[in-house]
Amino acid sequence: MHVVVCVKQIPDPAEPGKLEGDNTLDRSGKLILDESDSYGVEMALQLVDKAGGGEVTLVSMAPNNETSGLRTALAMGAAKAILVSDDALSGAGALDTAKVLAAAIKRAEPDLVLAATESSDGYTGTVPEQIAAILGLSSITFAKEVAIDGQTVNVQRQTEAGYDEVTTSLPALVSVTAGVVEPRYPSFKGIMAAKSKPVEEVTVADLGLDASQVGTAGAGQEIVAVEDAPEREAGEIIEDDGEAFGKIVEFLDGLKVI
Amino acid sequence: MALNRIWVYAEATDGTVSPLTLELLAKARSLGDTVEAVYAGADADAVAGTLGAHGATKVLSTGDLGGSLPGVPVASAVAKAVNDGNGPDLFMAGTTYDARDIVARLSVALDKPVLTNNTDVEVDGDAVVVTTQVFGGTKLVKTKFTAGGTQIALFRPKSFVAEESGGGAAAVETLEVTEPGTAKITNRHVEEATGPKLDEAAVVVAGGRGLGEAEKFEMIETLAKLLKAAPGASRAIVDAGWVPYSYQVGQTGKVVKPTVYIAAGISGATQHMVGMKGSKNIIAINKDPEAPIFSIADLGIVGDVHKVLPKVIEALQAR
Ligand SMILES: Cc1cc2nc3c(=O)[nH]c(=O)nc-3n(C[C@H](O)[C@H](O)[C@H](O)COP(=O)(O)OP(=O)(O)OC[C@H]3O[C@@H](n4cnc5c(N)ncnc54)[C@H](O)[C@@H]3O)c2cc1C
Ligand SMILES: Nc1ncnc2c1ncn2[C@@H]1O[C@H](COP(=O)(O)O)[C@@H](O)[C@H]1O
Repeated sequence: MHVVVCVKQIPDPAEPGKLEGDNTLDRSGKLILDESDSYGVEMALQLVDKAGGGEVTLVSMAPNNETSGLRTALAMGAAKAILVSDDALSGAGALDTAKVLAAAIKRAEPDLVLAATESSDGYTGTVPEQIAAILGLSSITFAKEVAIDGQTVNVQRQTEAGYDEVTTSLPALVSVTAGVVEPRYPSFKGIMAAKSKPVEEVTVADLGLDASQVGTAGAGQEIVAVEDAPEREAGEIIEDDGEAFGKIVEFLDGLKVI
Repeated sequence: MALNRIWVYAEATDGTVSPLTLELLAKARSLGDTVEAVYAGADADAVAGTLGAHGATKVLSTGDLGGSLPGVPVASAVAKAVNDGNGPDLFMAGTTYDARDIVARLSVALDKPVLTNNTDVEVDGDAVVVTTQVFGGTKLVKTKFTAGGTQIALFRPKSFVAEESGGGAAAVETLEVTEPGTAKITNRHVEEATGPKLDEAAVVVAGGRGLGEAEKFEMIETLAKLLKAAPGASRAIVDAGWVPYSYQVGQTGKVVKPTVYIAAGISGATQHMVGMKGSKNIIAINKDPEAPIFSIADLGIVGDVHKVLPKVIEALQAR
């Protein structure tokens, strides 16, 4: 079985985010593998294992031919990667990103495409379903459990009240929630092997797409203002001296909730 | 300037329209001349009364989806209406599991961007401008749709206040599905929930990793019961398997705006704060005086949850 995993490479979420002059997110620093996507990579490796053969291909779109996040996922055990990097993609919206990723995924001809339900930095949560729509694939989002049985995909899909059992046939796209599996830590051997695994770097033109359709130009949206949100003032902060519980009870009393 | 026509994607459980749908209808009424609801389900007649009372003049119903996930069929129905020249200027939906799929599919079908995670929307001239919070809600980004036609936007829960319009029942019309979809729901599991719902409760008591171990979440449950509150959680302890995902508050969990939010052993990561900083009053208990949660707390207790919570519980039980 051949599985493609979409992996986003993002600025380290531990660092404070910054906006560029044109109000798009600053992605100029070093990028890392989005933790959300480590679940998809692990899931793919496990599914290929269970199927008794096949491989995992990574697909990523990132500026400046960034590969450090891809190397992390390759070190986990993915076989190869396709990286789309092109200056024309600066300012690309979710739909543009989906068009680019879909074109790259098509080259890999997978049985199954995995993505995360939402990225840590963009969190639009629409890219995977847009990819499925572009490729004409059946899709199941918010998977908290995935099992493949021959040509059938069975998923437990998160719902407001619990979960639904949902089924479809391959080829398909599934987006997985955080915590769906326990991502493995790359071994030293894995890290060494990842250095020589193939990463195919492609441009928008290589994918047969028109640059005017997928960057800021094609976005159909324009940021018109960035404002500071009204700040919430901090109130009274006290050190517990063993009696602070009284303050809480008093506070709740004042609000008439007890 | 008002928009001519707005469609709101309506969701309901067992014939009860979701609060989020009613919030969107209230906002839609302030922006558009005509507001109509799009509904996927066999019971459009059952929800037409409530939707009408909140300002929808029509319920455009796809009918029963035959077990399909709604993304494909509902997007196909809305896209067909738009392509036939009967679409809205703005398609609004809430940030829910199903609506995310629908707007994503619709954006591809119409080759139009979809803007998600919005907390506000306004009309500027004839352009639709939406507001999104970024960086944990510290900045507001306003984005304008620049391509004409039907705009597609998704809104976070509790962005608007629901309000009845006094309208009569909405007229039910059919919205034709052109693609039935191939992902099928074969079984539904509803997790037992007792007490008030997390996103509707007047009081929320939430616990985080500072509780130390799964068993200690009992303190949160006990306090919640005493306050007729809903228990909530940070993602750290959901991911650790201490409590189910349905307890999670934050960017990837529930948005809550209770009268009081009590955060016990929660650091106050930006992704947690976007889900609760709209609470009217916030009480935080954390042993680290530098914890970011204190920057938004009305009452902050620098202390050990294992010492403070049992005493609060004891005091309340004694009343
Ligand atoms: C894309 C993305 C989405 C996310 N979505 C969410 C979301 O929806 N909701 C969410 O909550 N998080 C979310 N997170 C995770 C978030 O970044 C934090 O990791 C998480 O909120 C931390 O949970 P916590 O506060 O329980 O744990 P920690 O950050 O570990 O904080 C524990 C706190 O407990 C305190 N403490 C320890 N012991 C005690 C004690 N005995 N008494 C009192 N205090 C004590 C510590 O001082 C510390 O402040 C998301 C992250 C990403 C990347
Ligand atoms: N630039 C990208 N490269 C690879 N995968 C991506 C990219 N953008 C989004 N994805 C995938 O789509 C998921 C949802 O992203 P988003 O819609 O931005 O929340 C991510 O978690 C990734 O799995």
